[in-house]
Amino acid sequence: MQFESVIGLEIHVQLATRSKIFSGAATAFGADPNTQACPVDLGLPGVLPVLNREAVRMALTFGLAIDGEIAPTCRFDRKNYFYPDLPKGYQISQFEQPIVGRGKITLESAGGTDKARTIGITRAHLEEDAGKSLHDAFAGLTGVDLNRAGTPLLEVVSDPDLRTPEEAAAFFREMHVLVRTLRICDGNLNEGSMRCDANISVRPVGASELGERTEIKNLNSFRFVERALRHEIERQVDVLESGGQVERETRLYDAERDETRSMRGKELSDDYRYFPDPDLLPVRITPDLLQEARAHLPELPWAKRARYVDDLGLTDYAARALVSDPDTAAFFDAILDSGADARLAANWVMDHVAAMLNRHETDIAQCPVSATQVARLIGRIEDGTISNTAAKTVFDAMWEEGGDIDAIIDAKGLRQMRDTDELARIVARIVDQHPEQVAELRAGKTRLLGFFVGQVMRETRGKADPRQVNALLKQTLGAP
Amino acid sequence: MNAHESIAELRRGLLDKRYSAVELTEHCLAEIDTSASLNCFITVARDEAVAAAKAADAAIARGEAGPLTGVPLAHKDVFCTEGVRTTCGSRMLANFIAPYDATVVSKLAAAGAVCLGKTNMDEFAMGSSNETSWFGPARNPWDPERAPGGSSGGSAAAVSAGLVPCATGTDTGGSIRQPAAFCGVTGLKPTYGRVSRYGMVAFASSLDQGGAFARDADDVATLLKIMEGHDPRDSTSTDTGPTAFRGPEPMTIGLPAEYWDNLDAAMGARLEAATRELEAAGHALTTLSLPHTRAAVSAYYVIASAEASANLSRYDGVRFGYRAEASEDIDELYRRSRAEGFGAEVKRRILTGTYALSIGYYDAYYLQAQRVRRLIRQDFLDAFNRVDVIAAPVTPSVAFELGAVTDPVDMYRQDAFTIPASLSGLPAMSMPCGMLDRLPVGLQLIAPHFEEGRILNLAAQYQRRTDWHRRHPDISIDAGSRAEREGADAV
Repeated sequence: MQFESVIGLEIHVQLATRSKIFSGAATAFGADPNTQACPVDLGLPGVLPVLNREAVRMALTFGLAIDGEIAPTCRFDRKNYFYPDLPKGYQISQFEQPIVGRGKITLESAGGTDKARTIGITRAHLEEDAGKSLHDAFAGLTGVDLNRAGTPLLEVVSDPDLRTPEEAAAFFREMHVLVRTLRICDGNLNEGSMRCDANISVRPVGASELGERTEIKNLNSFRFVERALRHEIERQVDVLESGGQVERETRLYDAERDETRSMRGKELSDDYRYFPDPDLLPVRITPDLLQEARAHLPELPWAKRARYVDDLGLTDYAARALVSDPDTAAFFDAILDSGADARLAANWVMDHVAAMLNRHETDIAQCPVSATQVARLIGRIEDGTISNTAAKTVFDAMWEEGGDIDAIIDAKGLRQMRDTDELARIVARIVDQHPEQVAELRAGKTRLLGFFVGQVMRETRGKADPRQVNALLKQTLGAP
Repeated sequence: MNAHESIAELRRGLLDKRYSAVELTEHCLAEIDTSASLNCFITVARDEAVAAAKAADAAIARGEAGPLTGVPLAHKDVFCTEGVRTTCGSRMLANFIAPYDATVVSKLAAAGAVCLGKTNMDEFAMGSSNETSWFGPARNPWDPERAPGGSSGGSAAAVSAGLVPCATGTDTGGSIRQPAAFCGVTGLKPTYGRVSRYGMVAFASSLDQGGAFARDADDVATLLKIMEGHDPRDSTSTDTGPTAFRGPEPMTIGLPAEYWDNLDAAMGARLEAATRELEAAGHALTTLSLPHTRAAVSAYYVIASAEASANLSRYDGVRFGYRAEASEDIDELYRRSRAEGFGAEVKRRILTGTYALSIGYYDAYYLQAQRVRRLIRQDFLDAFNRVDVIAAPVTPSVAFELGAVTDPVDMYRQDAFTIPASLSGLPAMSMPCGMLDRLPVGLQLIAPHFEEGRILNLAAQYQRRTDWHRRHPDISIDAGSRAEREGADAV
């Protein structure tokens, strides 16, 4: 029997506010344990939550980006459960009235096919993050670090519209690009800035009813989403094919062992006893607040990709690569704004700029060579002043020491030869000096053309335009 | 000099240099020591008080006295005080020292008040007799065998006994008004949102409201003026501007039949005498109906317990408060810390509240109670279209004996007259209006939202015409001869 899988994702997006969702404590990652937790985060007796306006604004910007429904009011509820890293014994979340209702995003080429697929988003709601339990830090004991407690989260819940592990990963990836483009999340997966849980069931192809589902927690990379879901599909299919039944349960993905294992079964399914948090008033989404959120909407990833492909003539691959990192896309756009050719600019950003950033382990926002300088450098390639190779030398020099492009070109003697007669004389001389090779080439050993190009380039110390050298050689040697 | 004087009188004494703030503070501390058997205080902050009094004297000397400079005061032990433990009357917090002051505490300190300590209360403010306190009940200064009321019993008793001229309290379902009535002092529960809840250990967040006890309505007004106002740290506090301490003249006073019918005859007679006095002062009396009153106690115990069940989840033995040692695992740590740290009444309400919020019961209990709450509130809003204030009994009886009310539901019924105003978020107060069986009787005055000024004004008028608020128990003699001496039984 053939099976198909039905997948829905819940993605927790840590909002990049400076302070926490209900307190003034900082949200920065990596501080010493419990140094960024104020009385409100610690849940001390008598403290009260006060909603962070910026978290609301960010959630609204997200809602607008996914074309989500935004009701005139939303509300916060208490979700009750005991856990050592949950200081109040309840989490402030949104249950009945989320800030963002039904929306959608379209995956342009999901799961390796070229067919666009629209994935429904059930809702997105604001909530506070819990702290962290550190099980390995103290022998026989569990440590609790409450720095993360109260960090704002936007929990995005997809409809069960995803059909393959690849598609699920593509959805996660697209959300990752979106929240970073919206500047509402730093997207650092290894710091837990985005965390993903998946609900998955399988059913015979053609069946209309859904199978029993399991929830897989802790899928914190695109690769893990894909791998864990693939494993879980296999496991569920095995269970069904051997005549068993899939049990509703929560499973944890263990990346080291590359497997999922049962966390808790449905007999322990929780009753969170949600009720409206009496410490917080209902939030009115005023037209002013919505306008402010709209003003923060940048060009959205899908619109940007369409522009790169349709207007600039970039390949789909290039568009996807550039847009996948909003800082890179911004850098690229800034190069274009300075008048550079789009395809050259794209190649530069993805090739040499990326290589240098990689080598220096930095990111493009910290690139010492500005987009304007790159644009001018590309201009020097376009006007024939320097070769592409020479431009890389200039770029590296600017990276290391800064300085004026033309001054560097002159100082390093990189200016391309523009005197065709002079070049023709050099070509003729090289040809004369290598009669044997000329004979072999004429006899059909065409790869020797490269030898001649190399000789000419050496003679001109790289200043000749290789295209011109090629043309002149072919002309002189009568090669095909 | 004694703490039976009003804030206004003491302030004059301090500013006229008849005595210093240190002298006044030492006097009150000595009274507290002498009256230790009343168990009004859980913690006496002696050193802090003397230091604050010295600072007050310095401020007076510089001519920089604030509205309360040098005036002794006590805080109900539900308000967090930096550096002085805040127990909430519970073993759970018996050693808890907050790293911050409640907004109410810092506002009163900024006004110059000298805090003498933290007063006894029912555990987590859950109780109407002070008997649920882990530290044993405070006693009623009029008769130490009787309850001072609750939950703010320690504050009411301390003011009544003349240990302090004023004290803070909190009122969730009657916790200021009932002890005020039992102890014969003036107590106000402001409109929900008038006073910041920041730093007030939460019982039921949608009902809890800080207020004050004092000798008379003028002193209460003085305290309210300092305590009130929007607090950026409490989203439910409102910014309606300062209380206007006046009302329409004359006022129409509504007497709700549901409160006045079936009252104990002697109690009813004393309360009616009080309303006749208001009539004699020129105000009009009219009867009215608040038809949903009888559902209030049930709705209250569902809502308050539901909120409490979540509010008290933070007491898990992990970060602060009581921790059962030598637990095998986290579940045992939770179970034992909570089993040993909380008293029976607190557990009862956590269980009730947890039940009311559970799947399958939420609609029938929690949502139904919220619907009742809206109806009760609407009753009041309709009534206030016809009348300016409402007058009612505070309690069905005078102070009962400690140990006399054993059934929890009977205890809950003690709050039947105070709960409706709490559910509606309305300002309400109790003022002394007579004696019955040598024990004080209180009249409740209820105003529309943010119209505290009306009832404070009305009470002040009453208190200019009567001296019930001036009477106080003589705590220097034993109970038997006190009865002889007081003889203040007449209406």
